[in-house]
Amino acid sequence: MIKKLKIGIFKFTGCAGCQMEIFRMEEEFLDLLKLFDISYWKMAKRDNNVEDLDIALVEGGISTPWEIEEIKCIRKKTKMLVAFGDCAIGGCIPSIRNWIPQMESENLVYPDPSTICSTKLLGIGEYVKLDGILKGCPPHRENIIELIKSAVLKIKPRLRKHPVCVECKFNENICLITSKKLPCMGPVISAGCGAICPTLNRECEGCFGPMSNPNAAALADIFKNIGLNDADIKRKFRKYAGMSPEFRLEAGH
Amino acid sequence: MTEKAIHVDYIARVEGQGAINIDITKDKKVKHLQLKIFEPPRFFESFLIGRKYDELMELTSRICGICPVAHQITALRAIENAMGIDPSDQTKDLRTLIAISAHIQSNVLSMYFLSLPDLMGYESVISMAKDHMDIVKRGLKLKKLGNDITEIIGGRSVHPVTMLVDGFSVLPEKNKLQTIKKRLVNAKKEAYETVDLFANVGIPDFVRKCEHVAISDPKYYAINEGRLRSSEGFNINEKDYRDYIYEKQKPYSTALHSLIKDRGSFMVGPLPRVNLNFNQLSSDAKNAAKNCGVKFPNYNPFISHLARAIELVHDIDESIEIIDRLKLKQEQRSISCKSGFGAAITEAPRGSLYHSYTFDNNGVVKKADIVPPTAHNAYNIEKDMKKFVQTIIDEPIDDITFKCEMLVRAYDPCISCSAH
Repeated sequence: MIKKLKIGIFKFTGCAGCQMEIFRMEEEFLDLLKLFDISYWKMAKRDNNVEDLDIALVEGGISTPWEIEEIKCIRKKTKMLVAFGDCAIGGCIPSIRNWIPQMESENLVYPDPSTICSTKLLGIGEYVKLDGILKGCPPHRENIIELIKSAVLKIKPRLRKHPVCVECKFNENICLITSKKLPCMGPVISAGCGAICPTLNRECEGCFGPMSNPNAAALADIFKNIGLNDADIKRKFRKYAGMSPEFRLEAGH
Repeated sequence: MTEKAIHVDYIARVEGQGAINIDITKDKKVKHLQLKIFEPPRFFESFLIGRKYDELMELTSRICGICPVAHQITALRAIENAMGIDPSDQTKDLRTLIAISAHIQSNVLSMYFLSLPDLMGYESVISMAKDHMDIVKRGLKLKKLGNDITEIIGGRSVHPVTMLVDGFSVLPEKNKLQTIKKRLVNAKKEAYETVDLFANVGIPDFVRKCEHVAISDPKYYAINEGRLRSSEGFNINEKDYRDYIYEKQKPYSTALHSLIKDRGSFMVGPLPRVNLNFNQLSSDAKNAAKNCGVKFPNYNPFISHLARAIELVHDIDESIEIIDRLKLKQEQRSISCKSGFGAAITEAPRGSLYHSYTFDNNGVVKKADIVPPTAHNAYNIEKDMKKFVQTIIDEPIDDITFKCEMLVRAYDPCISCSAH
């Protein structure tokens, strides 16, 4: 009998979509409870315990001073800390606001910004050491299962590092860039979604973030050749992972 | 002088980060009641400026992981209103079907997973599963049905990808919809069982007559389009929303409070929908409501759970009807990018959701204005709670605290949405 691992699920600045992907495991949920004790999950439980966690899945980025304190606190109590989804990795779509002066955003939304204590939105890895990441907005539930299963077996999870293009080939999709001149982000984006968008006749927008060692500059050139202007290209890269070192140059200063 | 204080520093079993603070004086009066929403704001209305119209669907989807479909459809309709685009009946039908599927999954999540543990005496659905596996399995099955429909039409259930301005990137496969239809027909039994369950489970006996608001249409149970109406005779076009509804900031809440001009707080959500649009429910849903022993219109916020169950019956009936009439023909999208202002209101699972945008000639956003259901409800929850606590003021402090949490969960707030 394997000892049950203690899991904590936390939410910071984000949309709860990653947690919804856990709720989405309708078929696997009851089986998972045989392997894991969910010690902390505010969205599902009233009695929560944050001590001695084996795994913490942290959704959302960090955008307030107390979130910095919180994430450090969780780090101290957790063996394996996972950035769960794009917001936790680098702020995801809400990080677009990092290019706007903070006071400007606050003045636009709140009549009295003096009670608002927001900072730039950054990934949790800016403040604490990470033991794993789950890419995606939201991460695919198969990847979540792969990661926590590997934790039980004490092996390295097999998460994809190659681009969406590989999954497109598996699905026998025709390339949207070469055949339709559509600005598809697939060549620089991490696989793991199953190439959902190109398979459904849409260009990849990049919701799994950068693949390992992408050539963003070359893709930006291709976009220029198929008719995108500089502002369009900037918007493409300043979306799900504009803050990442891989896309930072194309996302603009 | 404060005699008792109620503090919930992080409300469990709701989406997002909220707290409750209440002081009760020595002469047993409620003082300083706050629904303290401390969810960090994400400033969507700021960073959407400068983005293009055809990105808004995927960008605003990220306001909420539970109701992404509602944000996508509302944004798309606001864009179409701004640019004078009228989508085909097929597009409207498919959007209604995917919106209903999102209601099914969200309402089942709220009923079975977030609130039922309160009503059956458990801390969570996980501990409830030990004694009531049949009920938990029923909840999981119904939720999966909703999610599977979203996935068949939208490509995935959280942040789907196929909805575009004036159409879809791809149409769902006919045979998959036929399989879904069979599952919907079979799920009707479980929907009735859900109505039974929530009609008979004990809830606090509490009534506060407040203004109930929802979109409404004489012909069908409004979900994606309709006039904004209320129980007090309010009846407006979506484009005039800002002439009637305004927001106010409270220093303790990152969600702004919504008020109707010269009137005050109001409630949106499943209960106002059932109250206002009862006649447009499917006949089986109406019968289920009439036979369950609870009278509508109803102003007990805890009846919201039952309203969700009644909607579930209707949602299944309407989904089957739509699948039956869908021909699924390939259609051309036609978009001519124009400057202008467009607004839209839809019914998200938690109630009325407002988006409006102003675009320049290139379809770039100049101004964005978004009010999610929980921002509409935040002030009303406080008003309900104030009156509710007064009615149970002699009970032990732990009981009052627990019941206040239950009241918040009856509204099923989506706090991330509210502090977008």
